[in-house]
Amino acid sequence: MTNENLHSQDLGTSPDDVQFRFRDDEVADHGTVTVDACCDQTNATAVRIEPGDDARVLLPFLDRLALVEVNFPSFGDGRGYSAARILREAGYEGELRAVGDVLIDQLSHMRRCGFDAFAPDKPLDEDDARRAFEGFGNVYQSAADARESGRRTIAELRHE
Amino acid sequence: MYQYDQYDQAMVDARVEEFRDQAQRRLDGKLTEDQFKPLRLMNGLYLQLHAYMLRVAIPYGTLNSRQMIALGDIADKYDRGYGHFTTRQNLQYNWIKLEDAADILADLSKVEMHAIQTSGNCIRNISSDHFAGAAHDELIDPRPYAELLRQWSSFHPEFTYLPRKFKIAVIAAETDRAAMRLHDIGIQIVKNDAGEVGASFYVGGGMGRTPMIAPQIREFVPLDQLVTYAEACLRVYNRYGRRDNKYKARIKILVHEMGAEEYTRQVEEEFAHLLEQGVEPPLAELERIKPFFADPAFEDGPKSIDRSDPDFALWVDRNTVRHKHDSYVSAVISLKPVGGIPGDATGDQMRLMAKLAKQYSFDELRVMHTQNIVLPHVRIADLHALWTELEAADLGAPNLDTIEDIIACPGLDYCALANARSIPLAQRISEKFAKNGRTEELGQLKLKISGCINACGHHHAGHIGILGVDKKGTENYQLSLGGSEAEDVSLAKITGPGFDEDGVIKAVETVTDVYLETREDGERFLDTYRRIGMTPFKEALYDK
Repeated sequence: MTNENLHSQDLGTSPDDVQFRFRDDEVADHGTVTVDACCDQTNATAVRIEPGDDARVLLPFLDRLALVEVNFPSFGDGRGYSAARILREAGYEGELRAVGDVLIDQLSHMRRCGFDAFAPDKPLDEDDARRAFEGFGNVYQSAADARESGRRTIAELRHE
Repeated sequence: MYQYDQYDQAMVDARVEEFRDQAQRRLDGKLTEDQFKPLRLMNGLYLQLHAYMLRVAIPYGTLNSRQMIALGDIADKYDRGYGHFTTRQNLQYNWIKLEDAADILADLSKVEMHAIQTSGNCIRNISSDHFAGAAHDELIDPRPYAELLRQWSSFHPEFTYLPRKFKIAVIAAETDRAAMRLHDIGIQIVKNDAGEVGASFYVGGGMGRTPMIAPQIREFVPLDQLVTYAEACLRVYNRYGRRDNKYKARIKILVHEMGAEEYTRQVEEEFAHLLEQGVEPPLAELERIKPFFADPAFEDGPKSIDRSDPDFALWVDRNTVRHKHDSYVSAVISLKPVGGIPGDATGDQMRLMAKLAKQYSFDELRVMHTQNIVLPHVRIADLHALWTELEAADLGAPNLDTIEDIIACPGLDYCALANARSIPLAQRISEKFAKNGRTEELGQLKLKISGCINACGHHHAGHIGILGVDKKGTENYQLSLGGSEAEDVSLAKITGPGFDEDGVIKAVETVTDVYLETREDGERFLDTYRRIGMTPFKEALYDK
């Protein structure tokens, strides 16, 4: 293993950093690599997407991935929401972890885009977070939550 | 017009409570100002030069009398007794206290209104033709499609942190009254050769510091794929729009730099993928929405007008517009009294307009992007009575689409971004032309003033445009000619060096003189400019 690979294995958050998780499976301590490294290394099982990365280059490898981290260096950069939906639309069922500048008021949208684990840089108030995850009850759009939990949109509820 | 059901109402009520919670967390110090800012912006709350400004959404510019009364009451209760109608067909309050904001939102929600996504880097309030449902030349009422898109764009989980703000307009006539091709997405509802109704998509238009006219990227999107196509347009933008420079972050820059062809290719690819994901609402939803916009019960009545009162006749000629039913007209209430502030209305005026809408226009009003108000369906038989009441309330200015009907941004009197004042300039120009009596002679002449390069006053689209800039600490105004936001869309060109405030007023007079001297029969200012070009105007302005 080259030094460069060693370095790239240190990229990810640790399971201890995960504050909220909506999965029943075991949290594994994966070595997390960059998107480029993931495409080159046939044994990588965890990858970290930066805002400028194209999530679609991961699609051929989804079967071997158990963890995808999507980094939000700044909460105002919304590219990670598209990355998350693209992965879920392609059938990815592993852990999708939002990391970085993850704040209360982004949680419900992130959840709807398919994130099921959250590792904020700064731990969030648990009560505020619980309220945020509850969201507004109903939704206008069909997103990853429709696929994951069969959530019906307002338009669908109106025409049942 | 559209009415909320329990789902729509629950969403808006939940939003009010969410905002209360956010404001409380800000006060508790759990949110920094940097973290709070995008949240308050997504609720339409800006911090301006002197106070908070609250922007209220008026979806596709349509409202009823109850809503207009509520807007007037809020102006009296929380502001200084007036509000400002904007080029986004919205309303802004300029003197709001942060601690009142949640209560105002609660008052709005009682009349099915809100300030959701009137600001921030998200999909903004959707605009449309202010004569929708009344226009004699429309294919179909565009507002059901705008309402479908309003619901889709509200709290969209993927598109709330876009590179920059995003504005959509929907029209359904060949005549463009909504500046459709100067939007991030412009949609024209059309019929194809098979007689089916669908949507033409134009993407990447806009004003601001880099004005662009949107190219058409899809001639026909079937109605049962409308939302999916919009979603594809937005996803490509969210992923690849520039985020390194906020001045290059609008979709027009992406489409321009990538090329319309490549952008279209990527949208089509994403569209094909999303069609398989089933993101489109059921077509039954569109069918549910349509009856809300059904014609009111029009009745045959008198079709001719008693023109014996010349003041009334002038107002009829200037401010009423042909209706699809020949016993009705659409009547425009000018918010441009000579020497007034373009787009401002007092609480009393709002309540009066509401009363008149209820009495004379099937309880409906529209906000125009030119900052005036429309009563869309007025019986010809009622026009004189309507005009009499408007006159008494200083709302009868007969100046639609004339040089007095100026669009102006709030400018340096209110706005933290402005370099120069817009309002006093608009006031002085309207006074000047009212006094010299040229208004009527000049005919249709769209003059638009922006107080900075962000172009909220649409100066790029003015037959005459004025842009205020800061030149070594003093206000300086650049003059431009030849813009249009209509179906003959074009961008105005700068005449040359700028002027001071007195100088630019004189310059406006000079270019109108050139027009009056050289126009041919039936030509508008814009037509003459297009025929003779910039040179004669430049010579008159700069060769002394």
